[in-house]
Amino acid sequence: MANLKEVRIRIASVQSTMQITSAMKMVAAAKLRKAQNAVTTMRPYAAKLQEIMQDLSSSLEDSNENVLTTARPSEKILLVVITSNRGLCGAFNMNVVKEAIKQVEGEFSPQLKKGHVDFYCVGKKGADILSAKGYSIKEVESAVFDNLNFENVSLLANNLMGQFSNGDYDKIVLFYNQFKNAAVQILQSEQFLPVVEPAPDETTKKEQRHVDYIFEPGKREIVTELIPKSLKIQFYKALLDSFAAEHGARMTAMHQATDNATELLKDLKLTYNKARQAAITNEILEIVSGAEALKG
Amino acid sequence: MNLEIITPDKTIYKGEADVVQLPGIDGSFEILNNHAPLISALAKGKIKVGKGKSEDFYDINGGVIEVLDNKVLILAE
Repeated sequence: MANLKEVRIRIASVQSTMQITSAMKMVAAAKLRKAQNAVTTMRPYAAKLQEIMQDLSSSLEDSNENVLTTARPSEKILLVVITSNRGLCGAFNMNVVKEAIKQVEGEFSPQLKKGHVDFYCVGKKGADILSAKGYSIKEVESAVFDNLNFENVSLLANNLMGQFSNGDYDKIVLFYNQFKNAAVQILQSEQFLPVVEPAPDETTKKEQRHVDYIFEPGKREIVTELIPKSLKIQFYKALLDSFAAEHGARMTAMHQATDNATELLKDLKLTYNKARQAAITNEILEIVSGAEALKG
Repeated sequence: MNLEIITPDKTIYKGEADVVQLPGIDGSFEILNNHAPLISALAKGKIKVGKGKSEDFYDINGGVIEVLDNKVLILAE
């Protein structure tokens, strides 16, 4: 039987750990609400922009000679891995990194051998894991999560677009966790550049609400204006989603940790009480036998 | 007419308006009640929203506007 003092110390340490995890859970829950709000406020914007884009791009399929939309042979590839800055959120970061590595080793292995695959990490944790695995990381961007708003994100997106149109990279792919609900994150990998054609399943719906719009100054000019905008939105959406998913993952992880601590505490208390009773029984035995000896 | 100005972060205007003046990429233009359906790109500049006698100004960094059925939707940055 464990010694009383040892058990007491363990109980105290489990209790204080539990306090930390439950506090972190609350904080994550509060942050999650904020992040979720941000996702929901930008959703109508993204949906409308997408709608307008589709209206326009379907009407001028033929000659779209924009740099951002032309696919080139994918020689140099940039993988944008969106993770979190802080740990203690379960398998959140690991999942993204694993998926990215899987794609690199599979689809992009010829480019990897030539050293034409670069990682651009948003969030420190992804960079930590990747560099531990021996991949070269081109850049780490961690400050963006401190103040996640559209302005900061569009700077990053502009940067990426610039590198693509310069020819530094022929293909840019995003990896991130999409927020579904607090417990579930869906792993996403989507091509950022060159722009992929929007899915054509919307065409039937669009036919019904066909409106004769006036296009000012012209369809092509508007499309040229809109492509960078929709890319920025896509990037922003990925970041917001990942941010919300991070807090969701942390909340779930911390909830589990708190539950585990409660379980552990219950066991420890039982052990402690058993030890205490055994000690009392022992003492009584000693006293009684001492008294017996005196009598005899 | 019904006017809505939204940015990715928040909705900055929602409600009725009589006149909207916008910075188009080919020059400033104005939208009044019952305008024909229109889609246009906007440049960096100021949006002027007139309602009754009051006027409000909003700075934008480019955007898109869609007018349909007397509803004006501005996606600003």
